[in-house]
Amino acid sequence: MDTMAAIKQTFFQECEEQLTELEAGLLQLDDGNHDSEVVNAVFRAVHSIKGGAGAFNLTALVQFAHVFESAMDRVRVGKLHPSPDVLRVMLRAADVLADFVRAAREDDVVPAERSAGIVLELKALAEGQGVAPAGAAPAPAPVAEAEAELEFIPIAIDLSSFDDLLAPPSGPAGFRIGFKPHPALYANGNEAVILIREVGRLGTLRVTCDTDEAPGLDGLDPEGAYLFWTLELETDKSEADVRSIFDFAEYDCVLSFEPLAAPAALPDLPVVETELEFHAIPVEFVALPDEPVAVAPPAIEAPLAPSPAAPRAAVEPPHAEAAAAGAKREVAAAAAPTIRVDLERVDRLINLVGELVINQAMLAVRVTEAGLARVSAVAVGLDELEQLTREIQDSVMAIRAQPVRSVFQRMPRLVREVAAQTGKTVRLVTEGEGTEVDKTVIERLSDPLTHMIRNAIDHGLEKPEKRLAAGKPEEGLVKLVALHRSGRIVIEVSDDGGGINRERVRQIAVDKGLISPDAKLTDDEIDNLIFLPGFSTAAVVSDISGRGVGMDVVKRSIQALGGRIAISSRPGEGSTFTMSLPLTLAVLDGMVVTVADQTLVIPLTAIVETLLPRSTTVHNYGEGTRLIGVRNGFIPLIDVGEMLQFRPGVDDPKTGIALLVETEGGARNALLVDAIQGQRQVVIKSLETNYGHVPGIAAATILGDGRVALILDVDAVVSASRDDAAAQSFALAG
Amino acid sequence: MTDRIKEAGKMLELVSFRIGDQEFCVDIMSVREIRGWTPATVLPHSPAFVRGVINLRGAVLSIVDLGARFGLPLAEPSARHVIIVAQVGPQVVGLLVDAVSDILTVSTDSIQPTPDVASELARSFVQGVLAIDNRMISLISLDHVLPAPDRLAA
Amino acid sequence: MSKTILTVDDSRTMRDMLRLALSAAGYSVIQAEDGVHGLEVLADSDPDVIITDINMPRMDGFGFISGVRQGGRHRAVPILVLSTESDIEKKQRARSAGATGWIVKPFDPVKLVDAVRRVSA
Repeated sequence: MDTMAAIKQTFFQECEEQLTELEAGLLQLDDGNHDSEVVNAVFRAVHSIKGGAGAFNLTALVQFAHVFESAMDRVRVGKLHPSPDVLRVMLRAADVLADFVRAAREDDVVPAERSAGIVLELKALAEGQGVAPAGAAPAPAPVAEAEAELEFIPIAIDLSSFDDLLAPPSGPAGFRIGFKPHPALYANGNEAVILIREVGRLGTLRVTCDTDEAPGLDGLDPEGAYLFWTLELETDKSEADVRSIFDFAEYDCVLSFEPLAAPAALPDLPVVETELEFHAIPVEFVALPDEPVAVAPPAIEAPLAPSPAAPRAAVEPPHAEAAAAGAKREVAAAAAPTIRVDLERVDRLINLVGELVINQAMLAVRVTEAGLARVSAVAVGLDELEQLTREIQDSVMAIRAQPVRSVFQRMPRLVREVAAQTGKTVRLVTEGEGTEVDKTVIERLSDPLTHMIRNAIDHGLEKPEKRLAAGKPEEGLVKLVALHRSGRIVIEVSDDGGGINRERVRQIAVDKGLISPDAKLTDDEIDNLIFLPGFSTAAVVSDISGRGVGMDVVKRSIQALGGRIAISSRPGEGSTFTMSLPLTLAVLDGMVVTVADQTLVIPLTAIVETLLPRSTTVHNYGEGTRLIGVRNGFIPLIDVGEMLQFRPGVDDPKTGIALLVETEGGARNALLVDAIQGQRQVVIKSLETNYGHVPGIAAATILGDGRVALILDVDAVVSASRDDAAAQSFALAG
Repeated sequence: MTDRIKEAGKMLELVSFRIGDQEFCVDIMSVREIRGWTPATVLPHSPAFVRGVINLRGAVLSIVDLGARFGLPLAEPSARHVIIVAQVGPQVVGLLVDAVSDILTVSTDSIQPTPDVASELARSFVQGVLAIDNRMISLISLDHVLPAPDRLAA
Repeated sequence: MSKTILTVDDSRTMRDMLRLALSAAGYSVIQAEDGVHGLEVLADSDPDVIITDINMPRMDGFGFISGVRQGGRHRAVPILVLSTESDIEKKQRARSAGATGWIVKPFDPVKLVDAVRRVSA
């Protein structure tokens, strides 16, 4: 971090972290956990953002943060109870604060309408007026509160303004300073000598030291202070400049100032109060009331006390506990040691390991070609190498694996906003936030998830009146769940709304020419119509879910990740969107097969067993369909070469091998291939990067011989085979 | 690339190549490398002009038969063919051509407008023509050389 | 030999800015993230000056200063308090705990260095 620009970047990164902490803390408070550590953490988050923002002159952000902080401070000192009403204001304030951060980062502004209302509410809380009634009309003009930081001003009288009135003194300009430190001065780390040296920097200095009070060695207390210095300083600087050197030491010493030369006779001056002496009256700090002291110039008389004995103001229980709290709250910093790493380095490492895997595979091929026996030392060594490479790859992938929490964490705020916009009350329940996925997948999850949740609230959930009329609780429920299932990550977004209005969806599809008016569709098929390109337009999509993004875009972005999405809906009860994604975009255990002279890879996780088709087990069924008999029934036999249009259908399936596969939904089918080459862990290469989506194909990989092999999308092939020619377009597009 | 061409008086460096008996050229800024032909893995459900994918140092690259894309007959790829590895937007594509001729340095002022003919090639890809030594070299934009996303299934 | 300054602040941004300003002035900088960490770092080092924030998790500035002043060899090390809260009460509290001086955030790098010079030999 060498430049201010880089530090500014750090600041914004940190703001994001602080905003997350802030929201998490407020939600905890909302849950009833009023632990002082939680309150402190919330306060610190806002305080931190304000502090950093000040350094970069992000005025709007500073101002808003300040108002927020003042309100939080009252909570912190126990003067404002974090009731649900108060927390509602705080949560909204947190959302607006995030807006201000974003605006500051993008050099944008937050519109006055957005902030005016919440600022008023925060101020009311900060000034002890309680929660403003919901919907209080915001002030029309933006709040521009100039926050003057109270600069520390010495309480002693500053007489520099009088300097002009004095006739020029005879002799050099300067001051005679009497300086007698108290023991406390040293105890607090100040050093008389250093201060004297600093004074010396301002001009020409003559120092005399008075040791009268110093006891002999016997009576010398090493922590005592016995010396008294007289400093004669010739300088052009003002008294304020010289005094500033003693800023820190002010209360721990006796300080007297007088001009070096005796003043000449005073000219005719306006009447000056005769009590006002030219000496500054040294002041000791005395017990203060809660209110900040008005720092006005009138002479303050106070007894000279040897050391500051001011009792502390008796406030703030949370502070006392903060020091002792320690590891009570789970703080990220206190957890297992972590290290920050440049993401680029991790990516490069992963790529290199991927290349290592390919290379090792190529080596294995060459070894076989060279005719080395399988049990020879070389082959054995190679097996060990493969084992090692696999382990390295797993470890490296784990570096990038992250819990989905980071994506899920943005959802509560989204839910609040959409709920507010649509006038509905919504509760968001999340499960499985700790489920881990590769970082690359996580980043691309955010948009589709956001859209699906918006959709669920906007379209899925009914308006409160309708819900009540239907006997449902007024508050709608949106559930977000993540879990691992058969080597993939599954994310479900469900709502307890009205479900898909099939009549309407069907009609829209007909109106848009996506299906023919007399097409016969199952309920499931109707539900899936919403994924068709061109389905969503203003007719269905409101302002919120709109923005030109339809479910087809969501589906395509999921597919681009190698995943799939399905919907299931129950009228009157709600809908569930299920997304399944590969755990990592990087590696796959696969079975390498031959189909029509092409090499394909089939994900091992989908394969249950291999079967040999025989005349006794293969049966024709209806037109163009074959079944293969298995232990407990018959399952469809799919000609992969035909499905991928490598060749027309195989006449005699008995020459091939059937792979029994299970789809996501648990359906069992058999894939007919020509031959099996072997099993291998392959590095997944995206087709989407440089080309696009190919129906039936999940991705590609590079085999040991350097050639590209395609990875089969088992589910897509199975569903494509199930539909008849008329419905092919649905299946292949999904 | 389109914008650069429109600027008057700018110098452009172009890579010219041949397909059949026709000559074309593209902005050298789009060209990442030139390679020989390697057999490609077939992509199912793809348009005929997409010949498949190859491995380019660990990345999967699609090969487009540029002539076929322009409406010319499909090529019979062989070791004598050349693949121009080009950057098209965020993607990298391999363009199958017969041969690469030379690198031309021309001024944008010398680019003549596309002849007004009813040809798919002209409308979608040609941005102008150059007349050099009695040769007619069509300046090509690669923006639409890959099939559009919703038309990937042939 | 340049002087060493220990900066204690839970904000990465603040730590970076302190480091920038102080090293530009020729100081060598070591850092800690909160009071507990600060005491740990102190166990193995001998800074000439300490600059600390007040609001920090685990152990705040007051606790940290008290800890330093009660400890053995660092008892007399000058400690400057860094805070946006400039009200007199907080300063008084810092002084009572043993702070040598204070710097108001956002800090002016020149004033920061001035303050450091004022307390270090």
